[in-house]
Amino acid sequence: MLDRTLPPPYHPITSFELINPRHLTFANGLEVFLFDAGEQDVVRIEWIFDNAFIREDQALLHTCACELLLEGTTAHDSRQIAELVDFHGAFLVPEFGYDQSSLTLFSLNKHLPQLLPLVKDLLTDSVFPEKELATYVRNNKQKLQVSLKKNSFVARRLFNKAVFGATRYGFVPEVSDYDRIARDALMALFRRQYIPSNCTLIVSGRVTDDVVVALERGFGEDWSDSRPPTALPGFPMPGPSEGQLMVDERPDALQSAIRLGCRSIRRSHPDFPGLQVLNTLLGGYFGSRLMANIREDKGYTYSIGSGLVSLKHGAFFTIGSEVGTAVTAATLAEIEKEVHMLRTTAVNEAELTLVRNYMMGSMLGSLENVFSHADKFKNTYFSGLGLDYYDYYTQVVNTITPDELLRLANTYLDYDKMVKVVVGKITGS
Amino acid sequence: MVTFSRFTLANGLRVLVHEDTATPMAAVNLLYDVGARDEHPDRTGFAHLFEHLMFGGSVNIPNFDAPLQAVGGQNNAFTSNDLTNYYITLPAANIETAFWLESDRMSGLAFSEKSLDVQRNVVVEEFKQRYLNQPYGDAWLRLRPLAYNVHPYRWATIGKDPTHIEQAQMADVKAFFERYYTPGNAILVVAGNVETEAVKQLAEKWFGPIPCRGKHARRLPAEPEQQEANREVVHADVPLHHIYLAFKGPARLDEDYHAMDLISDLLARGSSSRLYRRLVKDHELFSEINAYQTGNLDTNLFIVEGKPLPDVNVASAESAIWAELDRLKSDLAESYELEKVKNRIESTMVFAEMALLEKAMNLAYFELLGDAEQLNGEVARYLRVSASDIQRQAQRLFRKENSSTLIYLANPYA
Repeated sequence: MLDRTLPPPYHPITSFELINPRHLTFANGLEVFLFDAGEQDVVRIEWIFDNAFIREDQALLHTCACELLLEGTTAHDSRQIAELVDFHGAFLVPEFGYDQSSLTLFSLNKHLPQLLPLVKDLLTDSVFPEKELATYVRNNKQKLQVSLKKNSFVARRLFNKAVFGATRYGFVPEVSDYDRIARDALMALFRRQYIPSNCTLIVSGRVTDDVVVALERGFGEDWSDSRPPTALPGFPMPGPSEGQLMVDERPDALQSAIRLGCRSIRRSHPDFPGLQVLNTLLGGYFGSRLMANIREDKGYTYSIGSGLVSLKHGAFFTIGSEVGTAVTAATLAEIEKEVHMLRTTAVNEAELTLVRNYMMGSMLGSLENVFSHADKFKNTYFSGLGLDYYDYYTQVVNTITPDELLRLANTYLDYDKMVKVVVGKITGS
Repeated sequence: MVTFSRFTLANGLRVLVHEDTATPMAAVNLLYDVGARDEHPDRTGFAHLFEHLMFGGSVNIPNFDAPLQAVGGQNNAFTSNDLTNYYITLPAANIETAFWLESDRMSGLAFSEKSLDVQRNVVVEEFKQRYLNQPYGDAWLRLRPLAYNVHPYRWATIGKDPTHIEQAQMADVKAFFERYYTPGNAILVVAGNVETEAVKQLAEKWFGPIPCRGKHARRLPAEPEQQEANREVVHADVPLHHIYLAFKGPARLDEDYHAMDLISDLLARGSSSRLYRRLVKDHELFSEINAYQTGNLDTNLFIVEGKPLPDVNVASAESAIWAELDRLKSDLAESYELEKVKNRIESTMVFAEMALLEKAMNLAYFELLGDAEQLNGEVARYLRVSASDIQRQAQRLFRKENSSTLIYLANPYA
């Protein structure tokens, strides 16, 4: 007779295999990393450029330059670019991030001969036509107006601003800021930033010799810096936030968006993997303490979670949720209780074991295909670390002690010093 | 090409296995043939609420999530108008844990009052978060009853109203389980670094002893042919006007389904698509516009929706959409354009084969449609669609008397 009360035996996950990329440096100095694996004849090619800020308040200009890369060159207008990409069943995706702007091509190998020359054209001869800029500005102003009606969006803006102040990470655009984007400034930024010495090329999928030869011909030979790269040398880190509570009252709200947190440590800090364990325990997975208490026990919310984000010049820890207006204050009190408990009560072995196993399994699960191996590499490379970081990570996850977690909580998580943002209602309905 | 083998247990559970040794992981996908369309009109949102209760403990296992997380697994589920789908990914070495958990909750739930109390609240908060507390969030709560008269697609999976969820009783929960959560009403797909023989043994061991409880026969009212245009205008505290046009279209297994789907690609897939090029870029009438179809098993909706620019009046924005739809009816699509949307179908399918869970879900869904093998024939069915198929389908879809129009007019102070 089958005993359904007994779980099947557990096979521990103690390690995982990462693909080490092949590293090339093209003649023009472009750094190239190749991840060749997979059954399908597809590749993902990422041209990643460091954001070359010359002023901290220009995040919108950087976003715009990146998102307009597909809108016109001397040789191709916006329509022709769109037709070429779509006809070849490809996806060409510009993406602006806190520290990098990238252009990513997803394509079947067989269409690369048509698509690589197009990407070359975009990266070397984008002209940011006035008409396309006007369309972009018009449509994005509309989009922002809609987003500003969403409490969670507004809460994130207030939070970023409070934590990172007047820096690139704290900058949040107002609708009127779009009217100040000038084509000249876009062109200047384009020439300053989208150059080989400021670029990293990451290629994953079926990376055959043909692919490498085509990339070298297109991006290694006659592509050179028009001028030496310039960017702000440092980063004006603002002072720590003071744990203020900011309430943006929305009389008609049915739910309040809550966001709280503080600045934190970067991936290169030795405490980072341990703090990730602590974050997972608190709010980093479905069974976390915040979910168990605030959703599964009290039913205050559909979802609550926490996260630890490492950037080039800083890092932050954050907790976010959307909760019924009547229980907004109660939710904040529960969050405070949970954070406090991390600092005062050692985690028991059973819970810690569960979190260790969960984190190792989810690491294994995040290596779904060759693209994810490239993503793991990017996480470390752009933090100035090697892939051996993951050996350290694995060791910490598997051996961290309850006492060490207490120390980390007392060092990095202080509810009183966290910025607390509420968009909605806090007094109850 | 997604290869698989298939067998059926004595109690009626269908099992499909896809071996993929490129990953150390396994995906376990369990689809139940029950969705919001199976609900009573006065108790809507129940299939989805029930999905939440499936995580509230089963006969022998008080907590579903913790033992799974403890072996490095993750899981989630979704409910649609047609079906409810539960999925787990975990290290393949620990796959038996997934069998243990899923088979126990198919054997029986704990039916805990506490879980019902809490999940009623959680789902009401989900209702607010997704449908009520954001601009245009209630569009589908309005659009469905506007477009459908008799078919249960006239309500959304979240339900018509939060009060339906608040009124759910334990007796309803038990009856729903007895009727729909049976082996014969489920499809299990196991994919990843597994061996078919081993999966067979595990399936027999854990699911085999569950008694056969039959399969509930579905009798849904067919939606009659629409006779006249429907229209609803809402004045709301939204920042911008928004237009929705909904047209009734072929069901998933109808031979015209793929032509309808390609029409949505011609209109709105990628930035070279017709609506984006002409109405956003060339004529500067909309800030955003989209077209898609709902992909349901019964009579579908083909949707065109967009936000006109502030200086454009809604009536002329609406006629600009109609002009594009009329063009599909009067002119054959050129072969270049048709080839373009077919190329995108082909590449999307290849990329989908790189994702383990997506393969598992697709196999389960096509098995629900009748035969998982048809997944591998899907691209060919798109490639067979001709320009005249597109034109004929457009003529059938885009008629005023087949349309339901929902307009949000922004209150001036919003």
